[in-house]
Amino acid sequence: MSNVPSELKYTKAHEWVRDEGDGSVTVGITDHAQELLGDMVYVELPEPGAALEAGEECAVVESVKAASDVYAPVTGEVIDINGDLEEMPEVVNRDPYGDGWLFHMKLEDEAELDGLLDAEAYIELIAEESH
Amino acid sequence: MPFIPHTEADVAAMLEAIGVAHIEDLFDEIPPELRAGSLDGLPEGRDELAVSQQLRAHAARDAQPLCFAGGGAYEHHIPAAVWEITSRGEYYSAYTPYQAEASQGTLQLLYEFQTMMAELTALEVSNASLYDGATALAEAVLMAVRGNRKSKARRILMPRSVHPRYRAVVETIVRHQGITLELLDFDASGGHIAPPTLPAEPGDVTALVIPQPNYFGALEDADALTDWAHAHGALVIGVVNPTAMAVIAPPGEWGEQGADIACGEGQPLGIPLASGGPYFGFLCCTQKLVRQMPGRIIGATEDLDGQRGYVLTLQAREQHIRRSKATSNICTNQGLMTTAATLYMTLMGPQGLARVAAQCHANTRALVERLCAIDGVTPLFERPRFHEAALRLPRPALEVLDALAERGILGGIDLSADYPGLGDALLVCATETRSEADLDAYASALREVLSA
Repeated sequence: MSNVPSELKYTKAHEWVRDEGDGSVTVGITDHAQELLGDMVYVELPEPGAALEAGEECAVVESVKAASDVYAPVTGEVIDINGDLEEMPEVVNRDPYGDGWLFHMKLEDEAELDGLLDAEAYIELIAEESH
Repeated sequence: MPFIPHTEADVAAMLEAIGVAHIEDLFDEIPPELRAGSLDGLPEGRDELAVSQQLRAHAARDAQPLCFAGGGAYEHHIPAAVWEITSRGEYYSAYTPYQAEASQGTLQLLYEFQTMMAELTALEVSNASLYDGATALAEAVLMAVRGNRKSKARRILMPRSVHPRYRAVVETIVRHQGITLELLDFDASGGHIAPPTLPAEPGDVTALVIPQPNYFGALEDADALTDWAHAHGALVIGVVNPTAMAVIAPPGEWGEQGADIACGEGQPLGIPLASGGPYFGFLCCTQKLVRQMPGRIIGATEDLDGQRGYVLTLQAREQHIRRSKATSNICTNQGLMTTAATLYMTLMGPQGLARVAAQCHANTRALVERLCAIDGVTPLFERPRFHEAALRLPRPALEVLDALAERGILGGIDLSADYPGLGDALLVCATETRSEADLDAYASALREVLSA
């Protein structure tokens, strides 16, 4: 069973969102997603400063099996990216919720966070998808 | 793959298994208005004998004229060994093999091809080929749009001195993808893009295309153009003649940082002129852009015993994995043409290729000298050139070409349709295959035609 930390929010596209409490969020892909994708070989991140619409394709995680899009979970501006992943994409496999974070966004509307899945709903989603 | 025949009974059994009455029913989902229906205007069927007689008669009309036409496809000497080996059954496929364990020889050959192309263009990566030079340029443009993430404009600067057919193909492929091709005019006296005429504040430019040599055979100031593009955040795409790369600076060495992408037509490397094809395109880039590269890339690796092996690599963005989001719909390539090109480059070696290039250059110079000794014939542009030159004629080029054709000479390409502003202009080329006697024959025929 994959790790689904209860303090995080999730999207149907298997991304996690951490509310930093200062109007910004950190985004990554879930443990379940990295397990499905397998060994990560390349991560393409958005440009810092990019204005993203919720649902917009903004990054690509490429494993030995597939290249998969990452979508902006909320609307806002990219304020930081995890540049270390350029050299060490495997960190996404090793520590998806920690050092394997992808980017940091400033939220346009904090209420958008309420629309995301909580841990319980995400666990249900994984269970449904595996049937 | 084995040959598996099927009888009508087999077909019926298969249709029954999937619950369909007729083969036609498999295409039910295509609305009738989208179907081609019957073909109009086709003549009645004729027997094989009549058709082969007619085709032989057509073929005889081709004759074997003395060729001074280039324009993207060039007559070069091809050592007999090239096609003797290429046409062996073991190589006879256009496809890149998926199954590495059964295809080491072919994969190694393609790997060598990539190595040679990367060396020739002085870039880090090459793919295993594309369809032709024009589609290679279109793919290079799409790559630049994906790769230049700082640029939002999807705006490509395309010199008018790029091959007109290439420009048309690129336009066809990119016009519905929100990409703008902005034409850059050439210098009236040099036929090249004069760097001082480039805007100081060009705004958001995604990429600049630099033809080397350009369609008129003239050499561009690739260093200055490359540095200008990079200074304004644009990527640089070199569309180059591979033979020329043996004697002039390759894209990877242009300016301070070198071009980002190089592409072009591979036909000069061992592919005979054959009414337009099959030819092949090549595409090379910096390591930084490798994940934007479409098509097949062969990589070298080591197996469990530490032995070298070859595999298809970086496939995650190709269409069989990424479907509609793949970098390109290119799924196969011109494997057989690249086999010939690899053998050609192997047999010629860097010195041989440089000698071919130098001889082409010398012959074209000699041709221009002889032709411009004729009254009313002058060079259109004063600019260093490789193996092609644009000349001004005292009469419409088409008329002159027709008269030369009657004398068994393919005298070049009439530029007036693509460049009406140039007046009566002719593009000529003399590769290493033209002898002194050939050059003399052309000069005397042209003198005769113009004095008539």
